[in-house]
Amino acid sequence: MTIQDFFRWLSTLNPWLEIVVIVGVFLAVVALILFLIEIAPRPGRIYTIIRLIACVVGPALVLVIMQSWIEAAAAAAVLGLLFFFLDKRAKGGAGSIFQLVGFLTPALALLTVGLIIPTIQTIFQAFMNKTGTTFVGFENFAWIFTQPQNVRVIVNTIIWVLVAPVISTIAGLAYAYFIDKTRGEKFYKILVFMPMAISFVGASIIWRFMYTARPEGQNQIGFLNQVIVWFGGDPYNFLADDPWNTFWLIVVFIWIQTGFAMVVLSAAIKGVPGEQLEAAELDGTNAWQRFINVVVPGIRPALIVVLTTISIGSLKVFDIVRTMTAGANSTSVLANEMYTQFRSFEQGRSAAFALILFVLVLPIVVYNAVQLKKQREIR
Amino acid sequence: MTVAPAALSVDDQTARRVKRGEKKMFTGTKKRLSSPWATAAALIIAAVWTVPTFGLFLTSFRPREFINTTGWWTIFENWGFTLDNYATALQTGNSQLNMAGAFVNSFAITIPATVLPIAIALLAAYAFAWMDFRGKNILFIGVFALQIVPIQMALIPVLQFFARGEILGFPVIEAFGSVGYAQVWIAHTIFGLPLVIYLLHNFVSEIPGEVIEAARVDGAGHGQIFFRIILPLTAPAIASVAIFQFLWVWNDLLVALIFADGNVAPITKLLAEMTGSRGQDWYLLTAGAFIALIVPLIVFLSLQRFFVRGLLAGSTKG
Repeated sequence: MTIQDFFRWLSTLNPWLEIVVIVGVFLAVVALILFLIEIAPRPGRIYTIIRLIACVVGPALVLVIMQSWIEAAAAAAVLGLLFFFLDKRAKGGAGSIFQLVGFLTPALALLTVGLIIPTIQTIFQAFMNKTGTTFVGFENFAWIFTQPQNVRVIVNTIIWVLVAPVISTIAGLAYAYFIDKTRGEKFYKILVFMPMAISFVGASIIWRFMYTARPEGQNQIGFLNQVIVWFGGDPYNFLADDPWNTFWLIVVFIWIQTGFAMVVLSAAIKGVPGEQLEAAELDGTNAWQRFINVVVPGIRPALIVVLTTISIGSLKVFDIVRTMTAGANSTSVLANEMYTQFRSFEQGRSAAFALILFVLVLPIVVYNAVQLKKQREIR
Repeated sequence: MTVAPAALSVDDQTARRVKRGEKKMFTGTKKRLSSPWATAAALIIAAVWTVPTFGLFLTSFRPREFINTTGWWTIFENWGFTLDNYATALQTGNSQLNMAGAFVNSFAITIPATVLPIAIALLAAYAFAWMDFRGKNILFIGVFALQIVPIQMALIPVLQFFARGEILGFPVIEAFGSVGYAQVWIAHTIFGLPLVIYLLHNFVSEIPGEVIEAARVDGAGHGQIFFRIILPLTAPAIASVAIFQFLWVWNDLLVALIFADGNVAPITKLLAEMTGSRGQDWYLLTAGAFIALIVPLIVFLSLQRFFVRGLLAGSTKG
């Protein structure tokens, strides 16, 4: 029985039963690996034989189960045999490398096949034509940067990354500071943090409903338009009003991310030493001066982490745009365009969009990692 | 000899605080924040943040004709309560799948896609934390660095791997074809690994070295240490990582769009599709959205402590 057959059989079962079977089978495999790891370093002929069998049969069996070529399975068995002898003479004693490989192989194999190789493929793909057969140089990028609607996509992404992190952080910081040490702080926190649990898809529906517009004269069913009408305005079609519609989409993202900013910054505010605040108070500063001169410098590292984290999130934003407008009315962003191009069988262009996204994310992530490391060192 | 606690005369309030174990007895700094303006601003933010969800929740229980003609804030003038929206929404969908099925699919995708990466990552995290080998640091930094790769970079080649069984153009295994949830499980497992390994490594390496050493002296091998020490001691940490991964997979749309086609689609995908095709049928969308929200909300409200920890730890994923 191959793994493909196994999955095919699995898909005929009741979904709940599938969960039990796949988790059970998987945990049994993990337990087997752990068992082999446990007995691997034990001396004695019987253990050596078990190790030999595991080394030779293990890799070959994996390939056979996945229905690889028979030659590949044989090669794996030979490699396993070589590995057995290498392991037998290992510095840490027979079985020591075997243990290491047992622990690391599942993760490293999956990462290699599922992340490292695909990333390299995508980089090459970005310079290929739409079926990925011919090298076309920078043609895909030239197409992206010369088409007005694609330039708009990049501009939109930049607007996202400039607006969303700043407003979420300011709102989160203000809220965290206002509710700090008040009665019912926990409850206040839950209210603003709750959107973090909601999916972007759910949040998009919630806000589409908020934004709904009915023609003038009819009852409004979208709350925001009702507010506009109460104040004497005309119904406003939020999602169709280019260029402001991008901002209305960003509002949804801010609504979700403010909770994150608030929780992190609230913890940081509690870490600001009370003595400093008291000293500032004795010096006759007012609340605003204390906030700007004592609290904000005190939580600077946390502020940077929040800003960069939300920036990364807003660069990669996909679900909100997909669900709210699907990129219509000039609201598309890089991640959405990458998906759209893939769906219209333009692999090269899709990969080029992904690569641009990668290049934009890269500096922020590196900066974020450096800041995190610095913060750990200070502690 | 015993020492009797000194009988201090304390007022009720102080006694209550001592009982609760509150550290700060005299919250002199409390004053500085309770200015009426700050409180008002906090109340406004709290209201603005709650109204959208509340409106959706109310609307999902209103009769269909009311939803289309009046706003939820007029619920007292146009009173009506019904569960029909939910009954209809659960039966709605596309030709292959209705919402009830998608809801079950979400569980069938999410639970294995949480267990698999955590088990695999825990194995790797243990090796990185408690085994010595050459090149360990470089390898670990490599795994850490994989977090920066947006999943957009990997999606399509992985899909092609499933469809053709080729790696870099060489046929390696037989293609998977369309086989139930398998593709989504594997995809989520792979995309979750770098972050989960990194998080679990942080927790696993915090276990005191003496504990591991003592077990080793007593003759336990790596397998036993893993089972008897690492698993129980890191259980709370595993829980918070698991909750994070669970919610991430449950709320995911992108991976589902690419890897879960036809009758295995999760609820997020079906909802996004319905928003496109039936965008004005609010009686369906509000009820459908609430069906999708209810699971993360329950997880959030019941496991808040773990949830906050997990989310804060994993907020950069994607």
